[in-house]
Amino acid sequence: MSDNRNVKIRVRNLSKVFGNQPKKALELRDQGLKRPEILDKTGQTLGLSNIDFDVHEGELLVIMGLSGSGKSTLIRCLNRLIEPTEGEIVIDGENIPDLKEKELLECRRRHFSMVFQNFALFPNRTVRQNAEFGLEVRGIDTATRRAAADKSLKQVGLDGWEDAYPNQLSGGMQQRVGLARALANDATVLLMDEAFSALDPLIRGDMQQELLALQHRMQKTTVFITHDLDEALTIGDRIVLLKDGEVVQIGTPEEILTKPANDYVRRFIEGVDKSRILTAESAMRKVRSTVRESDGPRTALRKMREHSLDSIYILDRERRLIGLIDADAASEALERGQESVTEAMTQDFRSVTREEPLHNLFAMFSENRFPIAVVDDNKVLQGVVVKGAVLDELAQAGED
Amino acid sequence: MAIEFPRIPLGDWIEGSLNWLTSEYSIVTRGISRVTQTGIDGLNDALMWLPDWSLLVIIVALCWWVANSRLAIGAALGLLLIWNLGLWDPMIETLTLVVIATLVAVVIALPVGITAALSERLYRIIMPILDFMQTMPAFVYLIPAIPFFGIGSVSAIFATVIFSMPPAIRFTTLGIRQVPVELVEAADAYGATRSQKLIKVQLPMSLPTVMAGINQTIMLALSMVVIAAMIGADGLGSEVWRAIQRLRPGDGFEAGIAVVILAMILDRVTQSLRKQRKT
Repeated sequence: MSDNRNVKIRVRNLSKVFGNQPKKALELRDQGLKRPEILDKTGQTLGLSNIDFDVHEGELLVIMGLSGSGKSTLIRCLNRLIEPTEGEIVIDGENIPDLKEKELLECRRRHFSMVFQNFALFPNRTVRQNAEFGLEVRGIDTATRRAAADKSLKQVGLDGWEDAYPNQLSGGMQQRVGLARALANDATVLLMDEAFSALDPLIRGDMQQELLALQHRMQKTTVFITHDLDEALTIGDRIVLLKDGEVVQIGTPEEILTKPANDYVRRFIEGVDKSRILTAESAMRKVRSTVRESDGPRTALRKMREHSLDSIYILDRERRLIGLIDADAASEALERGQESVTEAMTQDFRSVTREEPLHNLFAMFSENRFPIAVVDDNKVLQGVVVKGAVLDELAQAGED
Repeated sequence: MAIEFPRIPLGDWIEGSLNWLTSEYSIVTRGISRVTQTGIDGLNDALMWLPDWSLLVIIVALCWWVANSRLAIGAALGLLLIWNLGLWDPMIETLTLVVIATLVAVVIALPVGITAALSERLYRIIMPILDFMQTMPAFVYLIPAIPFFGIGSVSAIFATVIFSMPPAIRFTTLGIRQVPVELVEAADAYGATRSQKLIKVQLPMSLPTVMAGINQTIMLALSMVVIAAMIGADGLGSEVWRAIQRLRPGDGFEAGIAVVILAMILDRVTQSLRKQRKT
């Protein structure tokens, strides 16, 4: 998740009417009429209505909705493949709906790369020539664009396929070419329109993971459209949930799951496998007690007794986790007359970060009986997860 | 009491405007006539200058190159038959007319087809005109050609161009309109200008369809230059025409078979060109 909260694209009041009397449709909308009534009265389709949201620098924002929700229209309004009827789309200080034709071309070249649902590769061009396309229309010289294309093809794992034609590749590989074409262009924003929806589930999962890794490495601002909630929850830093051309909820996957804005969202998330989305943080409890590395076995035993624990984590001076000692080991150490808990401690426990998906913790519990330690990047202990807490959290999320 | 409704003098109007065009634009028509005649003579002379056998070898080699050995062998046998029947020179004359008429038709048809594909308004104007051009009986074009360009090959070219051009326009328009929306969107999304979109995406994608249109144009041109013998075009058509006038069915069929052979060679060669493009 990105810490950088700079706004890259600001969308305000965005509306789109399909038809020849947009003004009339918007007037009715302002009187409180909904999409079906407006269609009945005027024959105009209200595609999008008063959409407000921000895309932050470096984040992966998912726009999610079922078919007819307006998500494809929305992403095409961003780069004006579809002309918005009213509203602002501001990117780096430029209001896109105001741009003249030439400025719009320039804006598309500088800011937007797009990946399409059905790949939209040019069948008469080789893989490399496809990847070069964005740079080619910008008039970049052959050597530079060839180097950029080859580099991005390598990033998506297609080195060696540069001279093949798209129809010689599998669906997953074709979409990698689509992705390489977008990356080679080095635009500031990546638009992905149902980019993985045409792929079979296994390939799709792989592509999602690769996109996440890429996103993590490059911190590219990405707007990703999908109709699949699981996909949205898996890859999104934040999610904009659309219904009938309106925003229903904006939030992180956890917010959507734990605080659904209304019944629609609640019904929507019913079928989700929550263990994949919830993280260790949600099941994490405060540590009741720890011992320091300088403490002896006697102190450890006393603390365990006081807090009714079977084992206790050992921290160094900076509260970094260095080991664990259980009651049996502490008693033996005491009998042997050992001075420090470090002499009897074990490393045979599991530690994770806050972001670890909950479902990964199940496997750890089956291999190891100790509570799982949650640490930050510096190994400082943040909390623990005990087996019961994971199940509690899942049961609770299921009731919502 | 019967109301007498006067006959609409449609024919008079058309004749009036044709006469007006002929007299007002005689400089233009004469200019076109001279240029076209020069082109016909030039190409004709060039093809005639080549020894018969070398032209035959060139055509057979072309068949082999664009298609396969089967077509090459077929073409060789067919051309030898034409040569044997003594129809080689008329065949060359017909070929010349077809080549020139097709060139002119394609040069006009491509830009018109492209604009019709890109502009909805032009599309609506051009399509009915094409319907008119295609359904009007071909012979009718021969009549105004004579006052414009006189008896002979230039008139034949004029009538042939008008008659054979519609499919090239139609297929060009169709080909460009058939380019998948997503590909056009992709070009737009990456900031391609109109001409970049046309040159890099729309034209290459529509090429097989455009080639199919050109193939149709060649076939129509061939059928028309034969008919154009009635207004004095040279070639295989005039052999047929002469056979009709002298009531000699044998000669007529010989020339007719030569036309069929030429048609098959032209058709197979252009079709293979199109298929090559696809892969």
